[in-house]
Amino acid sequence: MLTVNERPHPFREGMRLGELAAELKPGADVLVLNGAPAPAGTLLQDGDICSLIKVGEIPSALDMERTLAARHNPEFQQRFKRATVAVMGLGGLGSAVAICLVKIGIGKLIISDYDVVVVSNIHRQHYFIDQIGLKKTTALKKTLIRVNPFVAIKTVDVKLTEQSIPQLFEGVDVLVECFDDPGMKAAGLRAALQHMPETGYVGASGMAGYGSGNTIVTRRIKPRVYIVGDNETDVQDAGSLFASRVGIAAHHQANQVVRLLLSIDEE
Amino acid sequence: MHIICNGKQRPINNTTTLDSLLRELHLAPDTVVAEVNKKIIDHDQYDTLSLADGDQVELIRFVGGG
Repeated sequence: MLTVNERPHPFREGMRLGELAAELKPGADVLVLNGAPAPAGTLLQDGDICSLIKVGEIPSALDMERTLAARHNPEFQQRFKRATVAVMGLGGLGSAVAICLVKIGIGKLIISDYDVVVVSNIHRQHYFIDQIGLKKTTALKKTLIRVNPFVAIKTVDVKLTEQSIPQLFEGVDVLVECFDDPGMKAAGLRAALQHMPETGYVGASGMAGYGSGNTIVTRRIKPRVYIVGDNETDVQDAGSLFASRVGIAAHHQANQVVRLLLSIDEE
Repeated sequence: MHIICNGKQRPINNTTTLDSLLRELHLAPDTVVAEVNKKIIDHDQYDTLSLADGDQVELIRFVGGG
């Protein structure tokens, strides 16, 4: 048996890669055999794994889902696909969290920020030079669709408040706090604890500077409520944020979202 | 009088409010989520909420950056 574009296909003795491509994907211009590009004349062996690619072609939603399910586990993928996650703040934390969740194949992602992309964002946030001046929600949505067009993305382009958070994000499975302002970080957590008892929550505090990455941890403060960070390094004191260390915190947050979606509620 | 603040005993007097406790601890009230006796306290009550002997206070302080 062969595996061709993530699906099983019967093996026939003497078959060549180019013949397989002509049969299954006419016009394919890149042929990948067991993880490396290979010429059309390559003789296939039983058990080979082949990808037949037309450059620039977008896979179908089904192909994408099948691929993710094969990587992540089909049951897990169903959970991710059914989930709605909201990200508040699209800076160094939020832009990275959003990209992770879209790669993982979350069903619906709500991204929220009122700001625009400026040149001083580029060093740590997932925006491109040609996006300077665009709204962060607009710019990030474009990037996310390029990563995975099968995720439903909603943008919320307003300045959030403690009062508006429970209304805007009612019913989401997990709320991810990625603000930079410590007052809004506290407001976000208070809003969730007081008004969103059914919602998982992943906040962040302390990821500035270039201290050891090993000091960034995920703490469980209540059932389904977590805070990521070193809990002390303020950007005011550290002077700046580095893509490297903010990225560690962001990926802790994304990982905790995944764990909550899989009903794992422990540190 | 004493309270238990983040698991540690701490003396207070009869004029200690949540806001004055935070200032004693050098914490900006805006950046703190406070729970007193398992209840999350509204931000606008920090300066009127008087602490009482035996109160259990949990504080979560946030620092900037994101």
